[in-house]
Parts: sequence; structure tokens; C-alpha cells
Amino acid sequence: MSEERSGAWPLWEVFIRSGHGLAHKHVGSLHAPDAQLALQNARDVYTRRNEGASVWVVRSSDIVASDPADRESFFGPAESKVFRSPTHYTVPDGVKNL
Amino acid sequence: MSAPAERARVEFLLRMGDNALVLGQRVAAWTGHAPVVEEDLALSNVALDLVGQARLWLAYAGECEGLGRDEDRLAFFRDANEYRNVLLVERPNGNYADTMGRQFLFDAWHVELLRALAASRDERISAIAQKAEREVTYHLRRSGDWVIRLGDGTEQSHALMQAAVDDLWPYTGELFRSDEVERELAARGEGCELEGLHDAWSARVAAVLAEATLVRPKDGWMHAGGRRGRHSEHLSYLLAEMQSVPRAIPAERW
Repeated sequence: MSEERSGAWPLWEVFIRSGHGLAHKHVGSLHAPDAQLALQNARDVYTRRNEGASVWVVRSSDIVASDPADRESFFGPAESKVFRSPTHYTVPDGVKNL
Repeated sequence: MSAPAERARVEFLLRMGDNALVLGQRVAAWTGHAPVVEEDLALSNVALDLVGQARLWLAYAGECEGLGRDEDRLAFFRDANEYRNVLLVERPNGNYADTMGRQFLFDAWHVELLRALAASRDERISAIAQKAEREVTYHLRRSGDWVIRLGDGTEQSHALMQAAVDDLWPYTGELFRSDEVERELAARGEGCELEGLHDAWSARVAAVLAEATLVRPKDGWMHAGGRRGRHSEHLSYLLAEMQSVPRAIPAERW
């Protein structure tokens, strides 16, 4: 499994929904020559122990990701805004439905 | 049940178990050697499925035989001439096209046979066939995909895939020739005659070969004899490797 040989195949990200889960979760990545084999490889690599009820694969290059360098401007401003969390508010006595 | 009928069933179960065991051992030899890690795992899964199936068939064969041989005894303490697998599954791994070609030609037959056996009047045969059929349906999907990709791939992969199919073709005739064992089981509603599987197999193989841009070889002279214990030299080497540890220390347990 040399780098050159596996490098000829594109990288795919694998998402699996477990039997009880509601959402697909990212579980890892793999190489495959095309979408169909990526799906089958995902089945063989990531669902051997009955982990999955559904599998998604997506070309890694098709994922648009945030830049770690943008972390401060992207996520920093939310840190100080505790009033956006429901736990910030106290519920007055006697309120049954909120 | 009469003694000849019982013997036919044992013989049939050995054939099913030995096909799965020998091919499982062959495919397992790729572990750690496959071209990429994804294929390595996929092949190991296939090998483990087959060994699991072999275990079920051979365990039942041992029970029907009534001589106190369990599946391990049958797997590790019979010589090549007592093995009942078809010659196709003992063909060497060769290159990836050889391995995938062998797998595809076998899977396409195996899945049809298991579907027929799922309707067996023998509950145990039916149950094993149903379990195995789910696994083999996936094996066939993979092996067929690889035949198509290699055949319709590069000039080199196309040439290798065509050579593999040409080389393996003379071993497919044996898959469709019933003898008294299959006929006995078919007559009792426990098994099926192999000739009846040919049309479905042939149609599927033709479709995959066409999509793979490969030429279907002509049906010429065909090898036969594996199911009666007449094997190629390759089986002895495979068994020597597979059986060496249990034979060296027979009483040892994992």
C-alpha cells in the first residue's frame, strides 16, 4: 500500500447512522476510485461490527470547511453571549409550559 | 432415512463446506497483501464470511455422518483426495484480476445455488443457505464491480482481466454437472440439480462481461473431478499450510 498507488484514488469522508441514531456521524475517511466502491469500502471498513444502518460518502474535496485561522473571528464573538443559551434564564415559579 | 440417502447428504454437505473453506483460505491469503488497506479489509471480510459458512456446513456434515467428527476434525484432518470442493476455488490467487475473476465466477454460481437451497425441505440446509445467501449477495456485488472496473479500466487492467477470465473459464463447466449426489438430494426436495442454475448464471456473467468490455470465452473442454476428490496439485499446498498447526498439535485448543 504505497503512497503513490493509494494516492491515485481520491479521498472520501464517511458518515454513518447507527441503528438508534437520528443523524449521520463522521467516522473517518478512505480511498476509493469512485462513489460506488467508496460506499462499499465504507461498508467493509467501518460497519464490520454492526455499527451502521445507513452510510454516506462524500468526496473530501467537496467539503467546504472553515479555516482554523478564522477561529477567533468565526467563533470568538459567541463566547461572551451567554444570554443566547436557554440555561441563562431562570424560569419564574409557577410557569408550567415554556 | 436410508443409508444411501444419508450418505448422499453428507457428501453434499462436504461439497458445500469445502467450497467455502477452500475459497475462504485462498482469499484470506491476501490479508496484509492487498493493494490498498480498504481492499485488504474487504477481502478479509469475504474470507471470514466463507469460513463461517464452511463451519456451519461441515458441522452439519459431521452430525449427519455420525462418526463423531466435528467441523474442525473435517477441516484439518482430511487429505486432498477427501476434499469435495470444485476445482475453481482452489485456483491460485495470481494477480488481482485472477482473484476477482475467480470470485465473480464462483459468487454468481454460489448465489444461485444458495437461493435454490433456501427452499430445501431440510430445515438446517435451508437455514444455512439463507444466512449465506445474504453474505454472498454482497460478495457478488463487489466481485462483479471489480471485474467491470478492471475490464473497462486501463489497457493493462483490461488485458489482465481478460486473461484471468480465459484462464478460469474451463473450470466453470463442473459447476453445472450434477451427479448422483445432487440428483438424490433434488429427488428428496433437499437440494437441487446444478444444470438448472446455468441460465441465471450465464445471463449474469454475460451482462457483467459485456459491461466490462470483455469477451466471453467459448465453452470448450472443461475440467472436472473436484467434487469427487480429484484435485489439482494446488489444493495439497493449500491444505498443507492450513492444516499444519492442528496436525502438529492435535489436542491444542485456541
